[in-house]
Amino acid sequence: MNIHEYQAKQVLARFGVPVPKGQFATTPDEAAAAFTALGQPKAVAKAQIHAGGRGKAGGVKLLTAASEVRDFAAKLLGKPLVTHQTGPEGRVVRRVYIEEASDVARELYLGMLVDRKAGMVSVIASTEGGMDIEEVAARTPEKIFTESINPLLGVAGFQARNIAFALGLKDKQVGQFAALLASLYRAFIETDASLIEINPLVVTTDGRLICLDAKMSFDDNGLFRHPDIRELRDANEEDPAETEAAKYDLSYVHLDGNIGCMVNGAGLAMATMDIVKIYGAEPANFLDVGGGASTEKVAAAFRILLADKRVKGVLINIFGGIMRCDVLAQGVVEAARQVKLNVPLVVRMEGTNVVEGKKILADSGIKVVTATDMADAARRIVKEIGA
Amino acid sequence: MSILVDKNTRVLTQGITGATGQLHTRACKEYGTKMVGGVVPGKGGTDFEGIPIFDTVEQARKSTGCNATVIYVPPAFAADAMLEAAAAGIELVICITEGVPILDMVKVKAYLAGTKSRLIGPNCPGIITPGECKIGIMPGYIHKPGDIGVVSRSGTLTYEAVYQLTQLGIGQSTCIGIGGDPIVGTTHIDALKLFNEDPKTRAVIMIGEIGGTAEEEAAKYIKQYFKKPVVAFIAGQTAPKGRRMGHAGAIISGGRGTAADKIAALKAAGITVAMSPADLGSTMKSVLAGKN
Repeated sequence: MNIHEYQAKQVLARFGVPVPKGQFATTPDEAAAAFTALGQPKAVAKAQIHAGGRGKAGGVKLLTAASEVRDFAAKLLGKPLVTHQTGPEGRVVRRVYIEEASDVARELYLGMLVDRKAGMVSVIASTEGGMDIEEVAARTPEKIFTESINPLLGVAGFQARNIAFALGLKDKQVGQFAALLASLYRAFIETDASLIEINPLVVTTDGRLICLDAKMSFDDNGLFRHPDIRELRDANEEDPAETEAAKYDLSYVHLDGNIGCMVNGAGLAMATMDIVKIYGAEPANFLDVGGGASTEKVAAAFRILLADKRVKGVLINIFGGIMRCDVLAQGVVEAARQVKLNVPLVVRMEGTNVVEGKKILADSGIKVVTATDMADAARRIVKEIGA
Repeated sequence: MSILVDKNTRVLTQGITGATGQLHTRACKEYGTKMVGGVVPGKGGTDFEGIPIFDTVEQARKSTGCNATVIYVPPAFAADAMLEAAAAGIELVICITEGVPILDMVKVKAYLAGTKSRLIGPNCPGIITPGECKIGIMPGYIHKPGDIGVVSRSGTLTYEAVYQLTQLGIGQSTCIGIGGDPIVGTTHIDALKLFNEDPKTRAVIMIGEIGGTAEEEAAKYIKQYFKKPVVAFIAGQTAPKGRRMGHAGAIISGGRGTAADKIAALKAAGITVAMSPADLGSTMKSVLAGKN
């Protein structure tokens, strides 16, 4: 789960991580009032969407009067902002964050993530703040510094010093950095974060360290421990079909093709998308119905698939291990009746009670093409839609 | 022959009275696995269909002499169950549970490094040596004893591969589902090392998917050390970047972990890659016949 920058800064501030003072606004007047409340000669207004590249896209501006803030907020709010990460349709800006401006001497990068290879949380730092870190890593890997943190020990003092000196920090800043890093790690662990990105972490002209931008993502599997974090979810930033699917414990990802796929198991679901492509068509989605799909769940999956108007045919691929094919077939028949299926349906079933399952489909009266294996299923659905 | 489990493996179920624990303990027992005990805190002294239940893993190990345990407890308690099993000295710990918080796995992995326990999973179907021992949720009947090792990050896609092999009359030595999470106890390389040393495993099917670099690392290992033919498949050739595809670990992040990268690394290491999931069995068949 991702959250907005202003929310990430609120979470980090709770753990003592230094962030600029600020306030979010949902209307131009609120934005102007937030500027006045800061009581400083200048402030930065930042569009709040779940995507990077806001600065280059015109979503961030340094302003010096309440009236300027009002005008800038009016220009942003309610309209889509297109960045290199949003896709051409952009993301609608619903909040603007007004925060105090900092006098920047240096821009650094500081990240923290679960490092799959190390099996630990790793700190990634770079002297190249404000840049795309993946580009820095690709072009100048010598400017990237990492430390993996032993979960049973936490951040060791020497690890903080290693990074601080690598970043060229001096004197008091080294101690400041160590404290900041310790706070950041505590925030990471205590919120079940999966990623924290401070880009840039700045050194101000008077020598202080401040997190000028902040991005936080959380491990969905850890959210049950953090009702407060779960509250930060912004449904506007998520695909409504995916939100709907999540209600039924279905794992769904919307794609751009026209063949709806319903599969049990994530690996087989991906493989099914792949084989659709091999036979010359494009999958409309990833959909894993999971191990114990009930009729209700299968019906919900059908509704979600067919709500996508681009879907010209549906391919069901089930390898029944725990899930019995007869139960699946029953679910498909009832769901097809409920949703008035009006596109071609190809079903490939294998596994437990497959004979009974096929009989249920054959006797149901619904128009369904049964396939003998995965390749046959992909071939048939592509043929059915005439692609 | 086989790796890790065989007809002498004595298996404990942690969470034996839950719906999942009951269902699969019964199915594994029917398959012929020696299911020797269960653990449910507070239910020690009772039994599940004749299988004795204990309050702690320590007690269960002392009473039953079990050397493997399978965990079906809910995600919030799974890490503790894994730690308890390792602390009790169980050699093989298999965690089926899906949805374990990743930071719990970071801790479990660090703790297990100092013990003699091997972890498989979490978020995996388990492990089976056909005809001898099935531990986990895979359908037993699709398997056939033989000499092909299977290692996979997926569940049902593994069944698909096994089923194709069995349909072609090709049996399996051991099939191991390592799980779809970003941090797992046993990796592709760990499983390959075991298959390399197993005299009865003749060749291996390795099934990977998008996310992370485990397959790239496995490719390097195979090129340098692996003595047997490998057929690989990578799921997610059509997956978009930055989206989690069901499995917590199946995500292309920062442009890394794409199927294309993995396939290229595998091919560069001289591994036969099946481009279609429908060709897993037939590709292995032709590799065995020396046609690839």
